[in-house]
Amino acid sequence: MDETPAIETNELEELIRSALPGAEVAVTDLTGTRDHYRVEVVSGDFAGKTLVQQHQMIYAAVGGHMTQAVHALQIRTRTP
Amino acid sequence: MTEDLQNQIKADVAANPIHVFMKGTPEWPQCGFSKAVCDVFNALGVPFSATNTLENLDAYRPALLALTQWPTIPQIFVKGEFIGGCDILIEMHNNGELQQVLGLQAPVAAE
Repeated sequence: MDETPAIETNELEELIRSALPGAEVAVTDLTGTRDHYRVEVVSGDFAGKTLVQQHQMIYAAVGGHMTQAVHALQIRTRTP
Repeated sequence: MTEDLQNQIKADVAANPIHVFMKGTPEWPQCGFSKAVCDVFNALGVPFSATNTLENLDAYRPALLALTQWPTIPQIFVKGEFIGGCDILIEMHNNGELQQVLGLQAPVAAE
């Protein structure tokens, strides 16, 4: 299988924070293998958005890393 | 071609009240998240149809992403609408929203 560079917890947090300024972001490496993460985000930008839209915002922030370096994100989103 | 596959996906979604793009089949899920989705629908006793994306994952992944802006599989469609992946389905199941969307009675909260 092809090797893809792993992404660090703080890099993921940075990507999400820059997409959602002011958000509270907590990323946990679930497996210790830097490719399955839990992402918890609290942001006012989620207001009025459906759960799907909120998760789509996170995926958009993580962008091309998804399915390359990151295989699975467990996402929890809420408004402050 | 990607466009053909997108049209096939749209047709599958339109033809089935609940359609899941998953890894493996409902009888033999090949991924824990796909299995969890099947478990939810089985627990509710509602029939659903499924596409095994492992038959051509390299084609399905970009085709689905283009339609849903959702990079991971499984992906669930109910009544023609994309509702999300495994986490959202489970959350909707737990809070009764899924039962509502499906026209089922929500479970009575314990106590």
